[in-house]
Amino acid sequence: MLRRTLLKTGAAMGGAAALPRVSVAQPARVLKMVPQANLTSLDPVWTTANITRNHGHMIYDTLYGLDAQFRPQPQMAAGHVAEDGGKRVVITLRDGLRFHDGSPVLAKDVVASVKRWMRRNPFGQKLATVTDELSADGDKKVVFRLKRPFPAMFAALAQVSNSPPFVMPERLAMTDAFTQVREAVGSGPFRFKPDEYNSGSLAVYERNADYVPVSSGTPSLTAGPKVVHFDRVEWHIITDAATSAAAIQTGEIDWYEQPPPEIQQLLRRDRNVKIEAIDPLPLTGILRFNHLHAPFNDKKMRQAILPALAQEDFMQAVVGTDPANYQTGVGFFTPGTPLANDAGMGPLTGPRSLDRAKALMREAGYTNQPMRLIGPTDILAPSAMTQVGADLVRRLGFNADIALADWGTVVQRRTSREPLDKGGWSMLFTAFSSFDFATPAAHYPLRGNGTSAWFGWPSIPKLEELRDAWFEAPDLATEQRLAREMQTVAMDELPYVPVGAYKSLTALRSNLVDRVSGLALFWGIRRS
Amino acid sequence: MFAYVVRRVLATIPVMAIVALFVFSLLYIAPGDPAAVIAGDQATPDDVERIRASLGLDRPYLVRFGAWVWDIMRGDLGVSIFTNLPVSTMIRQRIEPTLSLMVVTLILAVSIAVPMGVVAAWRQGTWIDRAVMAFAVLGFSVPVFVVGYVLAYFFALEWDLLPVQGYTPFARGFWPWLENLILPAIALGSVYIALIARITRATMLEVLQQDYIRTARAKGLNQGGILFLHALKNAAVPIITVIGIGIALLIGGAVVTESVFAIPGLGRLTVDAILRRDYPVIQGVVLLFSFVYVLVNLAIDLAYTLFDPRIRY
Repeated sequence: MLRRTLLKTGAAMGGAAALPRVSVAQPARVLKMVPQANLTSLDPVWTTANITRNHGHMIYDTLYGLDAQFRPQPQMAAGHVAEDGGKRVVITLRDGLRFHDGSPVLAKDVVASVKRWMRRNPFGQKLATVTDELSADGDKKVVFRLKRPFPAMFAALAQVSNSPPFVMPERLAMTDAFTQVREAVGSGPFRFKPDEYNSGSLAVYERNADYVPVSSGTPSLTAGPKVVHFDRVEWHIITDAATSAAAIQTGEIDWYEQPPPEIQQLLRRDRNVKIEAIDPLPLTGILRFNHLHAPFNDKKMRQAILPALAQEDFMQAVVGTDPANYQTGVGFFTPGTPLANDAGMGPLTGPRSLDRAKALMREAGYTNQPMRLIGPTDILAPSAMTQVGADLVRRLGFNADIALADWGTVVQRRTSREPLDKGGWSMLFTAFSSFDFATPAAHYPLRGNGTSAWFGWPSIPKLEELRDAWFEAPDLATEQRLAREMQTVAMDELPYVPVGAYKSLTALRSNLVDRVSGLALFWGIRRS
Repeated sequence: MFAYVVRRVLATIPVMAIVALFVFSLLYIAPGDPAAVIAGDQATPDDVERIRASLGLDRPYLVRFGAWVWDIMRGDLGVSIFTNLPVSTMIRQRIEPTLSLMVVTLILAVSIAVPMGVVAAWRQGTWIDRAVMAFAVLGFSVPVFVVGYVLAYFFALEWDLLPVQGYTPFARGFWPWLENLILPAIALGSVYIALIARITRATMLEVLQQDYIRTARAKGLNQGGILFLHALKNAAVPIITVIGIGIALLIGGAVVTESVFAIPGLGRLTVDAILRRDYPVIQGVVLLFSFVYVLVNLAIDLAYTLFDPRIRY
């Protein structure tokens, strides 16, 4: 600041007194952040992009929030009553809820919003299958009439990630679930400023002065009171990592959501910046097979790779060599969550051996059939994992075609169910958030429902049976038993292979405190 | 002259039509799918298909092309697949930063490069000439983004003189506007300065050998008058041509510069749209760039008449 002040003084003495003041420090009530990606769409039901989910948490609210222990807590709901043996659930809205356009939040808005969400979200779709009727009883009561008691209902309504059942006005929620809503009007702690929105550059949120936080509890993930300490939050889209790093170092921005590892090292040396895990729970990287075509339509061929696969190699490529930032011995559920277990993990945690893997490939009948690994070059974690995966398949002696492209091309190519000679694929790498793999509900890669499954299309009926049983589980002990069974089946059938778990680190100015962990959430956080 | 201008403007129509056909066809055959990007990592193939259908991306090529051309003829560039905003609105949001960057770069480059080239020619073979040529080689050789990072490191991080990134609209004041453009303009202008300085030097060397320059010297004219009034005016046509060609260079360079300095301009918009496969935006921006380029060429042709009265249209 001293040099800039000096420059300013010099300029003034030189006759430039009319120049506006040059300043870097942020006003105390404005928070400037570089988000993980550009905010391209504003409808968190229409797209499952994480950045749009985060935008959703800014401006919308949900009936129930989820705390850091994955327990649903009333958020827009004052509470609920279960009748008829749990087949009729009446949720009452709490007082003081208003949309940003000034209209009160009514039960019909909730009904329309939840119905739209149920058309797109797999957990919502499951809830829809056990729901006979969802209706409004007056302005304040939402009534679920269920076919049978559904213990996971509140977990569904409290879903944090892709996509939460955000409540919007009925006039918007009536939009077809496959068409984008045209306004961003919620009842959450922030209002979106469409007049300042410039996709690719800036998204601005104002504190919603009319927002009434829940009166009790402590902020924990999306549960508890959402108390906002900034009048204005600005998301500045800066695509260049070095520029973002320089901007947080100079104080032009306060928060850089996802600095890459090499930038984290740089920022650790700046005492005005702190690096911390955005979520105490890690993301999980996965190797996904295409189950429709050779060579990985053969279970033995999928299993053959395991002795050579070292999770440590993949994780170090993603987050560097500091073991505090990654975990190995990772199974099919997010480490640190109640369903995480070690059932069937032997093939991934025993001694690593390339020769053993090659021998298993020969036993499985591999005779130099072609395979294709597709992967992106422009998304950090999948790109790094793809590089390690490419090295692995080459060392194993696969006749491998490594097809690298930008993410936009990869997401199209992975939809292809064609064989290799018609542009298909055999293997890809990607990563999922802790919420996605915490339970079977939103755990798409663990589905075994064939051509309706997530890309790769494994057909494993036993996994589907166990998943259905999990939804009906009456207690945690039963859930955990089912999770162990699911993992045992998965380690045998290998719908995918977990390649480790890593923490997503974020960079903040040191004077920001009380951030709510889990996602980029903007309540609780304040300037010290 | 007027008839010539009208003729040239009308000639842009077939050029734009060819560009439109080319761009649309290229995007049609290029890999990538906006529906898959929208649906996200957790979407099922059925979700992707339904989104594709809702966006009309499952319609045949000719139907989509016909609808697009019809919209353009009515002055409608379409709506972004992702943001739901009209493409014209998105371009309007982005045009000021790019225009500002190009204007500041142009002024900076011309005001530095032309005197450099003139002085290098005047002092041919001296250390000044060699220094200018060395600078030109450096300007050509070092990529724009490297120049950008080096400038940002010293002027923003080390010396704290200028901001690292961003753009402030002109409406918020001249200095805040200029403050954000100085480093990007220097970075973007480095190649441009090198190009113009070299051409100016080469052209001036040729002109300075002419008889009328010798005559001017014999008449006792001062050196500045000879160089800038007599020689430079006669050397202007090739220099103006290069300046015009360089505008295409600026458009390309702006993509990189806008990324490095986080300037919300058209270059950044283009890259983002390409990565997302936001077809209406890509098509709109490319059409705009083509139109601008055609107009710049026309302006250059007309500018010739100001410097060389022998040229008539």
